[in-house]
Amino acid sequence: MGSLINANPTVYERKERRVRSTPANTDENAEEPIDQLEIFDILFMHYFHVRDIKDPEHPYSLEELKVVTEDSIEVNDKQSCVRVTFTPTVEHCSMATVIGLCLRVKLMRSLPPRYKVDIRVAPGTHATEAAVNKQLNDKERVAAALENPNLVEMVDECLAPTFA
Amino acid sequence: MANSPTPNSWIAHVEAFVDVSRPPNQQSAGVDAIAALVKKDLLTLETLVREMELYLTTTDNVIRARGILLLAEVLGHLTLKPLSISTVSSLAGFFTSRLADWQTLRGALVGCLALLRRKSTVGMVVNTDVKALAESYLINVQVRSLAVHDRKLCFEVLLCLMDAYPDTVMTLGDDFIYGICDAIEEETDPRCLMLTFCLVETLMRTFQDPSCSVASFAGDIFDILGRYFPIYFTHPRSDDFEVKRDDLSRALMNAYCSSPLFEPFVIPLLLDKLSSSVPLAKLDSLKYLTNCIIQYGAGKMVKHAKAIWVALKDVIFNFSTKGNVSSMISESTGDMVSQEGQIVKEALICLQTMISQLNFPGGDSFINLILDDHDISTNFESLSSGRSYSETSIENLHRLSALGAILSIASKVSTDCCSRVFQKLFPRLMNLLGVPISSSSNACFMEKKMSNDLNFGALYLCTELLASCQELTTTVQDLSQRVEDSWWSLLNNSSGPLTYILKSSLVNLGSFGGTVREHASYAVKGLQVLATFPGDCSPISDAIYEDILAVLVSIITGNHDDTFLWNLSLKSLAQIGLYIEKVHDSKKGSSYKKIVVETIVSLLSLDDSTISLAQKLEALSEIGVTGPEYMSMVIDGIEEAIISNFSKACVDGNLRSAEILVPLLECYSNRVLPWCHKSGRIEQVAMQFAVNIWNLMETSGAFGICLERKGLLDSSMMAMKCAVAHCTEGQGHIVQKAYNIVLSTISSPLEPLFYPSSKLDGLQFIPDASGLSCIDTKMPVTRPLSQVLGASFSCKDEWLVSLFASVVTALRPLTPLPDVHTLIKLFVANLLRGHIPAAQALASIINKWPADGKIEVPSTCKLDEVIGLILESIYAVLFSSPLKQCNFEKDLSCICPSSLQMHAIDGLAWVGKGLLLRGHERLKEIAMVLMKCILPSQNNVVTSEHPNESGNSQDRHLPAAKSAANAFHILMSDSEVCLTKKFHSKIRPLYKQRFFSSMLPVLLSSITNCNSPNTRYVLYRAFGHVISGTPLAAVVADSKKVLLPLLDGLSVLSSDLLNKEMTYSLLLVLSGILMDENGKETVMENVHIIISHLIRLISYPHSMLVRETAIQCLVAMSALPHSKIYPMRPQVLRALSNSLDDRKRAVRQEAVRCRQAWASIASRSLHF
Repeated sequence: MGSLINANPTVYERKERRVRSTPANTDENAEEPIDQLEIFDILFMHYFHVRDIKDPEHPYSLEELKVVTEDSIEVNDKQSCVRVTFTPTVEHCSMATVIGLCLRVKLMRSLPPRYKVDIRVAPGTHATEAAVNKQLNDKERVAAALENPNLVEMVDECLAPTFA
Repeated sequence: MANSPTPNSWIAHVEAFVDVSRPPNQQSAGVDAIAALVKKDLLTLETLVREMELYLTTTDNVIRARGILLLAEVLGHLTLKPLSISTVSSLAGFFTSRLADWQTLRGALVGCLALLRRKSTVGMVVNTDVKALAESYLINVQVRSLAVHDRKLCFEVLLCLMDAYPDTVMTLGDDFIYGICDAIEEETDPRCLMLTFCLVETLMRTFQDPSCSVASFAGDIFDILGRYFPIYFTHPRSDDFEVKRDDLSRALMNAYCSSPLFEPFVIPLLLDKLSSSVPLAKLDSLKYLTNCIIQYGAGKMVKHAKAIWVALKDVIFNFSTKGNVSSMISESTGDMVSQEGQIVKEALICLQTMISQLNFPGGDSFINLILDDHDISTNFESLSSGRSYSETSIENLHRLSALGAILSIASKVSTDCCSRVFQKLFPRLMNLLGVPISSSSNACFMEKKMSNDLNFGALYLCTELLASCQELTTTVQDLSQRVEDSWWSLLNNSSGPLTYILKSSLVNLGSFGGTVREHASYAVKGLQVLATFPGDCSPISDAIYEDILAVLVSIITGNHDDTFLWNLSLKSLAQIGLYIEKVHDSKKGSSYKKIVVETIVSLLSLDDSTISLAQKLEALSEIGVTGPEYMSMVIDGIEEAIISNFSKACVDGNLRSAEILVPLLECYSNRVLPWCHKSGRIEQVAMQFAVNIWNLMETSGAFGICLERKGLLDSSMMAMKCAVAHCTEGQGHIVQKAYNIVLSTISSPLEPLFYPSSKLDGLQFIPDASGLSCIDTKMPVTRPLSQVLGASFSCKDEWLVSLFASVVTALRPLTPLPDVHTLIKLFVANLLRGHIPAAQALASIINKWPADGKIEVPSTCKLDEVIGLILESIYAVLFSSPLKQCNFEKDLSCICPSSLQMHAIDGLAWVGKGLLLRGHERLKEIAMVLMKCILPSQNNVVTSEHPNESGNSQDRHLPAAKSAANAFHILMSDSEVCLTKKFHSKIRPLYKQRFFSSMLPVLLSSITNCNSPNTRYVLYRAFGHVISGTPLAAVVADSKKVLLPLLDGLSVLSSDLLNKEMTYSLLLVLSGILMDENGKETVMENVHIIISHLIRLISYPHSMLVRETAIQCLVAMSALPHSKIYPMRPQVLRALSNSLDDRKRAVRQEAVRCRQAWASIASRSLHF
């Protein structure tokens, strides 16, 4: 990688995690629907250790850069859909598609197949917002991207820490 | 010299040593061999030197150096061998001359060292030789130009010279000192530094005479040493040198402290470094300073007093954290905090040393510096600004903590210092707290209404000072403290009002809520300290002492919501109690007993709701442990409460009493009995308890309380067991008494309960060829069993039998049992009614029965007879059938499904467990009977071709078979209530493993041969109980045999919701095999079948734990060689994609992990 696109990003302190209390309901049949926190955990935490998706450019995690926050995740378990809105660190960030791809792949691998995953750039945070959104949510193009060994390697590297 | 070895034998060693190309271990072995020869006098040193002459004098530098080194090292091995003066002298002359030969210096140094280390008893070097050696050394050896190892040798030679020949060295004078300075300058290797520091220390101690010229060198020497402080390792890994930083630091400190001559240089350096910002430098400076103060003495230190005080004050005030003030409330942790805490601690130690060293009564003591200090006064003044704790700023709390620490350290030093502190500050403190100073105004003061909020700073300082005084009285036995103006008289004058203030602040706390915890803790601590002064120097009167106890007790008994204060008071009372016990103060003890113990014990009998039973018991146990006398009062109280509630609950059916009784009994068995055990008074207490309960059982009529109070019966049984188990001699008495009571009061008629023994005689066992199975019985059943055992079980009878069973369960092996036959009949009869404690009692009896022929048994029965008696009675029921339609032939084999037989099987299991634990032979027989109960008889198998008949028989058979399978659970599980070490059972090690390996072939062959699905199901249950109860290591060792049946068992058992637990425990065994290195091979051979079973289990609907564990097992499987598992990959991934949608989050999370693990075995790019 030549010069960095955003050489000096603002790093935010990790927010105190909302710790899920152990379910008081020990009923064997009680449903525990997939919720916001679970999606966030899928993306950023595994087994109570913090192992985040790395930013492709920096040693920081997406959470530390506030690329994805808990509030930017919308989930509806009944209708089987999830939408993650992320905020690139700078407007012209060319890594936005890679970040988006990472989020999508991680969710694809972790959610039941019935889920429809929608990955979006937060409105007004990226120069080519519409293009990026289109690229990230086009099934064919995502599949094609995942055929590219270089790209897959990059995605896997970013995701590696999230799998325990 | 007939014995002398031929020169060649050892010359070879010399040649090896001289040849530098030989391996070092061969060379050192050569040295050892030659030294051994010399030690045994097989070779004289003279011969050695003569033979080696060429090596020692050759012009080849390398060979000469090696030769000399060899001689030196041989000498090093001979430090304990007596040598003549002339030999030593000529050797010394030789090595001294070699010091000039720089090429052979190593050998010369080693040789000198070996000679100098010799003791006078084995021939030392004489003084003239030493002097020559030292002079030669000083002239010829340039230490600083040598390599590390040689430098180290040089320093060792110097040390040796000073240690062993100080007088000779002294004669060398300045040259020697100069030589040392020259040698040690600019040394940097830690190993050598250890020696140089030590060298300086020894030098300064050797040349202590003030007339000696060392004084003029002190500056120069310190110039060299001063650069090392504080010791700081730049080398990243300090352990490379085998020298720790702490060791070096200590050595340097000893060097600094070695002579008062260093004082003008050391103290300014330390004070300078103390002001540095590096914590390590501060810490070291403080440690060094403390040591220097002691070593240099007051005379030298007096001129530095002011500077030291300023430096220490600075450290203490800047590093004291709030932690010290509120440590009673919260524990502060963390590295930073602990390092700061350590600095403050060292500073306070230093301060204390300074105060005690510079203590000139009447003169210019160090204490005056502190008390007249401006900062101390201003800080003290500023305390009065903030009133309560919450109003005090954090910064002020830090200052308060520092001030408190300084004052309390100062007052701990001596009576005199303490009085000085008191004279200066105590009146002002009292003023801040609102206490009048003169005793005359006490009376009118009491009348005054107290204002609620106490000045927190004053309270804190006052408590700290009180604690210091109390500590002082325990260390200094000085009666002069009572003089006018001493701390004692000052405190004595104010103690009454002070107590009143502290007391009333506690009583008023209720209105404040939780914000005043700090106030409360210091007020309580203050009261506690006041109450724990030694009797002869207590500043408070007896009346005030009793007042303090009364206040604390009133908090315990009062209606306080504040559990913090409650716990605080209880702890304080316990501390006071412990103190009284420690000093044996009988006067204080009796008021403590009267005011504290009696009140708290009386709480139990009061039926008020202001304080919960749990709190009462907590208070009782805290107070009880403080001393044996109080404990016996507490025990009496609890026991009385138990007995009275017992009679109310059981006889009158008082439900409230029954509720109270359960925690009381638990407290008795879990707390009271263990205390008594520790204090060694258990026998009497436990015995009394058991006897009292039995007396109650004897006198009470019908029982008002019944079976729904199961918890009460259980805890009563437990208490009885614990009490009896702790007795030794008393057990015989208790069991006899219980037996008599049971026999005389049990309401069911005795005779019909039992099988007449004449009938039992008809039972015969004919062991088959293998001696294991086939129990045959020829006994015709004469009466329907329901008639025998159908009599209803009255409530009181159940209590009597249960308690009696408890007594028997807890007996020691050698306690004689009354009338064993009747006793066994009684228990067997109850066992057949399904009374488990009776079965446990029987199991205990046979578990502990003395082995035949070993000890003279008091009873006439032998072990085999007893076992026979029990088993026959059980078999009689088991192998009979009340169903008339069965013909005799069938009776023998078919098992009738009555509840009676199920009880018999349960009983048999317990009895078997008793035998299993002691490792008795007849367990096998029982196991075979159980197997027989599981397996349908041959007849059934034969008739199974006729569906009607076999169906009928199977139906009847199944419940009994299930019971038999559960019996294996009883056999393998650990029970808390009987057959434990606590109840004196015989437990052989590895009994589970032994049972496992004996049962495994039987179970496996039965499973293989079994055709009926129902029976298979039951067999798998039994198998499951056995392997899940066995320690995993044993199962893994047999994994080859176990694995496939285990998987089959999982699939059979997982079909039924009822087997949820069993499925889980079997899965855990499977995961144990998967994880274990020893199980790998078996797993590899069965990868496919294991994975397909696991795939089924990850959708097991009844238990989340099963699904989660199954997925974890799959994760473990993914680590196997890819070639083995790759074919299963699509199947696993398909199954896991369903698990991603599991209704439980934990399962989903595992599924994600597992999917990733399995997906990535094929390639890094994951195409699902």
